[in-house]
Amino acid sequence: MKEMWEGGLRLGEGDFSFLEEVRRRSGEHLDLCYQCMKCTAGCPTAPYMDIKPHQLIRMIQMGRRGEVLGSGAIWFCVYCQTCGTRCPNEIHIGVLMDALREMAVGEGVEVKERRIHLLHEAFIQSVRRGGRVHEVTMLMDYVLRSRDLMKDSLGSGVKLFLKGKFPLFPSFVKEREEIRRIFERCTKKQ
Amino acid sequence: MRVSYFPGCTDRSSSMEYGLSTEEVFRVLGVELVEVEDWNCCGAAATHSLNRLLSLCLPARIISKALGSGLSWLVVPCAGCFSNLKKTEYVLRNDEKERRVVEEIVGFRYDPSLEILALLDVVVNRIGLDRIDERVKRPLKGLKVACYYGCALVRHPKVTGFDDPENPQAMERLMRTLGAQPVEWSYKVDCCGADLAMTYGSIVSQMVGRILSMAVEAGAQAIVTSCGLCQMNLEMRQELGLPVFYFTELMGLAFDVEQRERWWAKHLISPRPLLESLGLG
Amino acid sequence: MRRLGVFICHCGVNIAGTVDVKKVAEEIGKIEDVCHSIDYIYMCSEPGQQLIREAIQEKQLEGVVVACCSPSMHENTFRKAVKTAGMNPYLCEIANIREQCSWVHQKEKEEATRKAMEIIQATLEKVRRNEELEPLAMSINRNVLVIGGGIAGMTASLDLAQGGYEVFLVEKGPALGGHMAQLSKTFPDLSPAFPNLLAKALEIVSHPKIELFCCSELEEVKGYVGNFEIIIHKKATYVDWTRCNGCARCIEVCPVEYPSSFDRELGMRKAVDFLYPNCVPKRVKVTPTQCRYFQDRSCRKCEEVCPEKAIQFDQKDERIHRKVGAIVIATGFDLFPKERLGEYGYGEIPDVIDGLAFERMLSPDGPTRGKILRPSDGRVPKEMVFIQCVASRDPDRYMPYCSRICCMYTAKQAKMYKEQVPDGQPYVFYMDIRSDGKGYEEFLQKTIEENGVLYLRGRVSRVFQEDGKVKVWGVDTLTGKGIEIGADLVVLATAIIPSEGVKELAAKLRATVDKHGFLTEAHIKLYPVESSTKGIYLAGCGQSPKDITDTVSQASATAGKIQALLSTDKLFQDPLIAYVDETVCSGCGICVEICPYEAREMDYRRGISIVHVALCQGCGACIASCPNFACELRNSSSVQTLRMVDTFI
Repeated sequence: MKEMWEGGLRLGEGDFSFLEEVRRRSGEHLDLCYQCMKCTAGCPTAPYMDIKPHQLIRMIQMGRRGEVLGSGAIWFCVYCQTCGTRCPNEIHIGVLMDALREMAVGEGVEVKERRIHLLHEAFIQSVRRGGRVHEVTMLMDYVLRSRDLMKDSLGSGVKLFLKGKFPLFPSFVKEREEIRRIFERCTKKQ
Repeated sequence: MRVSYFPGCTDRSSSMEYGLSTEEVFRVLGVELVEVEDWNCCGAAATHSLNRLLSLCLPARIISKALGSGLSWLVVPCAGCFSNLKKTEYVLRNDEKERRVVEEIVGFRYDPSLEILALLDVVVNRIGLDRIDERVKRPLKGLKVACYYGCALVRHPKVTGFDDPENPQAMERLMRTLGAQPVEWSYKVDCCGADLAMTYGSIVSQMVGRILSMAVEAGAQAIVTSCGLCQMNLEMRQELGLPVFYFTELMGLAFDVEQRERWWAKHLISPRPLLESLGLG
Repeated sequence: MRRLGVFICHCGVNIAGTVDVKKVAEEIGKIEDVCHSIDYIYMCSEPGQQLIREAIQEKQLEGVVVACCSPSMHENTFRKAVKTAGMNPYLCEIANIREQCSWVHQKEKEEATRKAMEIIQATLEKVRRNEELEPLAMSINRNVLVIGGGIAGMTASLDLAQGGYEVFLVEKGPALGGHMAQLSKTFPDLSPAFPNLLAKALEIVSHPKIELFCCSELEEVKGYVGNFEIIIHKKATYVDWTRCNGCARCIEVCPVEYPSSFDRELGMRKAVDFLYPNCVPKRVKVTPTQCRYFQDRSCRKCEEVCPEKAIQFDQKDERIHRKVGAIVIATGFDLFPKERLGEYGYGEIPDVIDGLAFERMLSPDGPTRGKILRPSDGRVPKEMVFIQCVASRDPDRYMPYCSRICCMYTAKQAKMYKEQVPDGQPYVFYMDIRSDGKGYEEFLQKTIEENGVLYLRGRVSRVFQEDGKVKVWGVDTLTGKGIEIGADLVVLATAIIPSEGVKELAAKLRATVDKHGFLTEAHIKLYPVESSTKGIYLAGCGQSPKDITDTVSQASATAGKIQALLSTDKLFQDPLIAYVDETVCSGCGICVEICPYEAREMDYRRGISIVHVALCQGCGACIASCPNFACELRNSSSVQTLRMVDTFI
C-alpha cells in the first residue's frame, strides 16, 4: 500500500517554495486564507474559470505550481477587485492574479488562455511603440498574433471605426526616448 | 481655478464624447483643465497583467509630468486610468523601497502633495453640487437613470478612496442636482467584463446583459457611467436600445451646451429618441 | 373553614390558548370556601402579584392557589408575594396547569379545561390543611474543603483564604500544579506556564489560612451544606516532610529508575524523587511499588545519605478529621487512553505521542530540556503532523463532545515547533478551528501567517510506519485530494476525559456526573458552578473541558459563591421535610435504611427514629416505607395526599 489513490498528494514532496515565492511576488498573505469562499461567491468571471479563486489559493498553499500557473483561471480575472474588497483576510486576489500571470509568462509555462495573453501583449507593444495606445494598429497586431478573426475583436473595432472613434493615425508621445528607457528597464529587470 | 488634467488615450478615440463633454462642461464651470505635458498611456489592464514594474512606471511618468505643472490636483476622467494612477500613487506613498526603484527608472522625485482625483469626485465633492446647480438651465425632468460606477472607481477602497465601495452615491447626488431621477438598484458596482470583450465577447454579453436587465427592471431609461470601457461594453453588447451616457454629457445637457449634438453622434445607441420623448432633445 | 383565593394565569396564550380560563375562574369561584377566583394575563408580573396581595387583604384570605406554570418556575415568586401581604408563605401553593395541562393537551381544549379545574381542586385540598411553617435556621461551619491541587483548586483555595476562610486543600499527588505544571507555554500570550503557577503554589504553602494535604484523598463525608464532616486519607510518603529539605541527595543515590508518568514516559524518574524538579512543596516521596526496600529490603541508600534523617520506611497512612461548610470539587482531567486509538498507531509507534507528551518535550525542565526530538532515535523532526479531534467529536466510537483546548494548543505547539525548527514543515489536520476566546482567533491567524503551518481540513484515517517514517493518510477536504505525509513525529490532540475516580468521589458527595463522567452543574446557565447537591461546588475540567482562562474564572466564581454562602450566620432551609410522631414510632429502623440522604437515624436511648432536619430533602421515602404510619411530610400529609387523589377519581 505505497500509493494513495489517483490524484492523491504526497506532501513533503510538495513545492512549498512556491507559496513563499507567490507571497513575495504578490505581497499578499495567502497563508491567512481560511477558505470562506467569499471571493469565488462574488467573482463575476468565476463561472468561466477552470479553478475557482479560493481553490487557486488553496493549491498555492499546497505547492501545486504547475496546475496553478497553467490554469486558465488566472487569465479570466479582469481585476474588478470585488474579491479583494470583500476578503476578510485582506488578500487582494486581483494583485495575486497579476503576479501569477507574470510568473507563468516568465517561467515559459504554456499559457492556457492564449488569446487573452496575446491581447495584453499587443496592447503593451502598442504603448512601447508610441507611448500611447493606438487601437487600429494594436488590434491588427493582435489579430496577426492570435489569428483570431472572430467578431469579438474585429467587430468591435469596425463599429467604433465607423463612428469615427478610432483615429487612423496614432498620437505619439514627444519624448519617445523616455518611454523606450522605461520599457527597457522594466523588461530587463524581470 | 486650474487643475492638471490627464485625458488618457481613449478620450481621443473610443470614448471621445467623454473627453469632449468633459472639456466643454469644465469651460462652463470656469475650471481650466491644464493637460499634462506630453502624457503617455497609463498601461491599462494589459500592463499590470503582465509586468508589475511597468504598470507602476508608466503611471509614474504621468505623475512626474503632472508634478511639473505645479498644480495640486491631477484630474482623471477614465476610471481605468484613475485606477492605475491611484495604484501607483498608493505604492509611491506606502512602499519606500519600491518608490525608490520607480523614481530611479522614471527619473523623478515623487511629491505626495499632488492629489490624484477622479473626475466625478472633483465635480461632486470639490467643485461642489451648489456650483453645478447654479449652471443648470434645463433640468433633466422625467429622465430616470441608473448610475453605474463599475469596478475601478470604487475598488479597492483603500487605494481609490472614493465613496462607499458597495453603494456609492456621488453620481446619484449629481443626477438629482441636474434634475434627473436616479433609480435605486443593486448592480451599480458590478463588473462589465472589461477587456474580455475583445477575446470572450459572449462572456461580456452575459455580464452586461445582467446589468442592463436589472437597470430596466429598476425603471431606468438610461445608464450613466464614468468609465470609457464600461460605456463601450454596455453600449455595444446590448439589444435593449438603452442609451448609455457619460455623466459629463448629462451635465452638458442640463447646462444647455450647444455642442451636445456632436456627442450624441458618437453613440452606438443614439440617445436622441429618448431625449426627444422627454422634451430634452 | 379557611377563606381561599384562586388566581388563574393565562401565561399569554400558553395556558389561555388551550384552557378556557374564564370558565375555570367562574366554576372554581362557585366552590364554597373559595372567596375569590380571578384570571389574569401574567400573574407573575408586578400587576398580577398586586392582584393577589390586594385580594388577600380585602377578602382576608387564609390560603392561596395560583394556577400557572411549574412550581420550580414561580413558587418562590408567589410565596414571597403573599408574605408581603401578611400571609404565611406556606399557605400558598401552585397548581401547575401549563406543563401538566395546557402544553400537553393543545388539541383537546375541553378536556384540558376540565383537567385544569381538577388540578386546582386537588391543590385546594392541599391548601385547606397546610400548616403555617417557618424556614429552618441552621448554624454553619465556615471552613472549606477543596479537592484537587491543580490550577482550579489552587485558585479557589487562594480566593477563599484571602476572603478569610480556612481552606483544607486535598491533592492526590505529592505536589501542587496539576496538568498545568506539565505545560510549556500557554496560549494566546505564550507566557510560560510554570512561573505563573509557581507564584500561586508558593503563596498557597505559605498561606496561614490554607492547610495543604498532599498524597491525600477524601475518604468519607457526612453531613450537609454548612455542616460537613470529612475524613481525609493521607497516604504515606515514607519521608518525614517536616524534616525533608529538598536537598535531593537521596535521588542521586537511588539505584531504581523507571519511566516518569509526569513526563508522559519520555523521561525517567527515581524510586525516591520529586514529582518534578522545583515542585511545590519541594519534598521527595518514596514510591513503594518501585523501591527495592519495599521489595526485598535490599537497599536503604536514601536513608543512609539523608542529612535530615527524613526517610521513614515505616511511615503509616493517616486519617484526618475536619469539619467544613462547603466543598469544591476540582478534580481536573485525563487524556483519552492511548490503548483505544488503534488507527493512529498510538502506543505502538514510538514517534506518535500525545499533546501533553509534546508539552513535556517543549518544557525547558522536561525530559529533552525543551528540545524537540523524536522519541525513537533522538533526531530533530523535519516533517511534523498534528492531528486534532483525536477521540473528540466522534460520537460513534469515542467522545461526542469538543475538548475545547486542542485547536489552540495545537496552533501554539506548531508555532513553537516552527520557531525551534525553522526549516521544518508542520501540518495540522483539523475538522473545524474553534478559537472562541479573547485574542484566540488573532493568535491562530498570526501563527498561520507567520509560521507557515499548513492546515489540512480532514480527519486522518490511518497512521502507520514505513521506511523509518510515520505515514499519515488523510484527505484535504478543501481540495478533495487524498493526502499522504511521511512524518517524523506525529502529535495527537487526544480528547479530554474526567480524571480517574471522579465518579466514586461524586457518589461520596452525592454529586452527579453525566454519561461521560463530567460533574453536572445545578443549571447549565444559571448555576454553572453549583452541583445539584447544596454545598458542593465545581471548578475546572472535572465539570467540562476548558482552558486555563475559563478554569481560573470558574474557580474564582466558585470561591465567590462559597463566600456568599458562608458570609451569613445561619442557613435557612425549606421546612417541608419529614417529622416523626414519637408516640407511634416503634424504632424498627426501616426508615434509616431507606433514607438516601442519611437524614434518618436511630435514637437508641428513646428507641425511636429521628429526622436530621438539615439533611432531610423531603423526598418522602421514609414515609412510604414506615409500617406504622409514624412519619409524615410537612404540608404533604397522608390525609392531604389522599384527599388530592380523591378529587381525580
